[in-house]
Amino acid sequence: MAKYLLLKHYRGGPAAVNDAPMDQWTPDEFEAHVQFMRDFAGRLERTGEFVDGQALSPDGVWVRYDGEGRPPVTDGPFAETKDLIAGWYVIDVDSYERAIELAGELSAAPGAGGEPIHEWLEVRPFLAAPPTVIE
Amino acid sequence: MLDEVALRELVPTVLSVLVRRGADFATAEDAVQEALIRALSAWEDDAPSDPKGWLITVSWRVLIDMVRSDAARRDREVRFGSDPPTSVASSADDTLRLYFLCAHPDLTPSSAVALTLRAVGGLTTRQIAQAYLVPESTVAQRISRAKRTVGRAGLDRHGEVRTVMRVLYLVFNEGYSGDVDLAAEAIRLARQLATLVDDPEVDGLLALMLLHHARRRSRTRPDGAIVPLAEQDRSLWDTGLIAEGVAILQTALAQDRLGEYQAQAAIAALHADAPRFEDTDWVQILEWYDELLRFADTPIIRLNRAVALGEADGAPSGLAALADIDENIPRRDAVAAYLHERDGDLELAARLYAAAAQSAPNLAERDHQTRQAARLNHLMRHL
Repeated sequence: MAKYLLLKHYRGGPAAVNDAPMDQWTPDEFEAHVQFMRDFAGRLERTGEFVDGQALSPDGVWVRYDGEGRPPVTDGPFAETKDLIAGWYVIDVDSYERAIELAGELSAAPGAGGEPIHEWLEVRPFLAAPPTVIE
Repeated sequence: MLDEVALRELVPTVLSVLVRRGADFATAEDAVQEALIRALSAWEDDAPSDPKGWLITVSWRVLIDMVRSDAARRDREVRFGSDPPTSVASSADDTLRLYFLCAHPDLTPSSAVALTLRAVGGLTTRQIAQAYLVPESTVAQRISRAKRTVGRAGLDRHGEVRTVMRVLYLVFNEGYSGDVDLAAEAIRLARQLATLVDDPEVDGLLALMLLHHARRRSRTRPDGAIVPLAEQDRSLWDTGLIAEGVAILQTALAQDRLGEYQAQAAIAALHADAPRFEDTDWVQILEWYDELLRFADTPIIRLNRAVALGEADGAPSGLAALADIDENIPRRDAVAAYLHERDGDLELAARLYAAAAQSAPNLAERDHQTRQAARLNHLMRHL
């Protein structure tokens, strides 16, 4: 088993094929999307591949240490050009191929016109604990 | 059969008995938690005839074992004999002292919540962790740190019923998931607190909780989507809880010691009292918001008041009131969108709903605001 992060971006990745903003979809199209996302999470749980799923607010800042006795420096809210993570799934699957397959399914979530969004998702393997036998 | 709530109700009493026998609060609390966990598995099919006696006996034994092994480790004498002194009936004062201790003003809100739910509510660490979606070890750590804090601060400082009310309100308002209904748990604890202190604000808090809880089935669709007040199916409202909440509130108001919880409960009662949304008495609600502002003049209350004003006196009045409220207040865009829609400016309303979705504090609200924006945009395309 191996864990993968399926990362969704508000921006920073290549544009989706069907790239209309959600508030321009019809109410029915929006409902279909929400339903798809709920079903996807439910399906992962039923197959025993679900670990975690979270959504992030677009608000956020960069923070760094600024030396002893000083408050941390903040920079932000994020500039429009910066990469911005929207949320993720963590899955625990048998193979890399399965992770790709699931990301492909998630990217097919319906959007404007009821058509798949074809959104780009980032798939990142976790660096796991070393196995017992490595030689 | 095991009645978990009945079991939990015994916890503060048992804890008080142990403390009165001379055990320190932190160790006694651990002992009661251990006995509680044993009871949950041992009583599954066979509950004892005297559950309280069972819990006291087992907690005491656990406590003795803890103190002994502790003492052995530190090479000290056992402080407690294994024969417990005769049990004294628990008094209401002891339970009230527990409430004060668990909501000690030196505690952070998250610690006070965890300690209250465990020591007074009788929940297990695991249940609290599941409810707040954090690891069990994190909750355990919060509780032991909280106990060190209250141990240092001591009990001599007189308890503050306000801090207890704030903790219970937090539990009520941030009910997440897990197998424990935190809103119901907060109501149970507020009910108990109301029997322990003579303070109409505690009754106000209890009434407020009951009146909100009465509407819980209508607030969301089965799939979790938010249903706004105007669209709620009022036949789903729990009339029994509403009647109880209103009665408690009326008794509290009659004492003429008004406070913010009573004022909030009065607003909730006026909503609950309307058979249809159109029947809502917005003028009276507005008056209660003005009362509420005397106790707590916050931008959030001003924001809610602007909504009431918009309903009572028309959207332009609501928008005028909104102009004085800081633009960064959460949900301000959502309120502005609603008022502009009522005012007939659909285009601006749709843009504001989309902005409200961007800054929504949770997914359900984000989806709700996106839905509103999509609805208006769709409408405008077909005008």
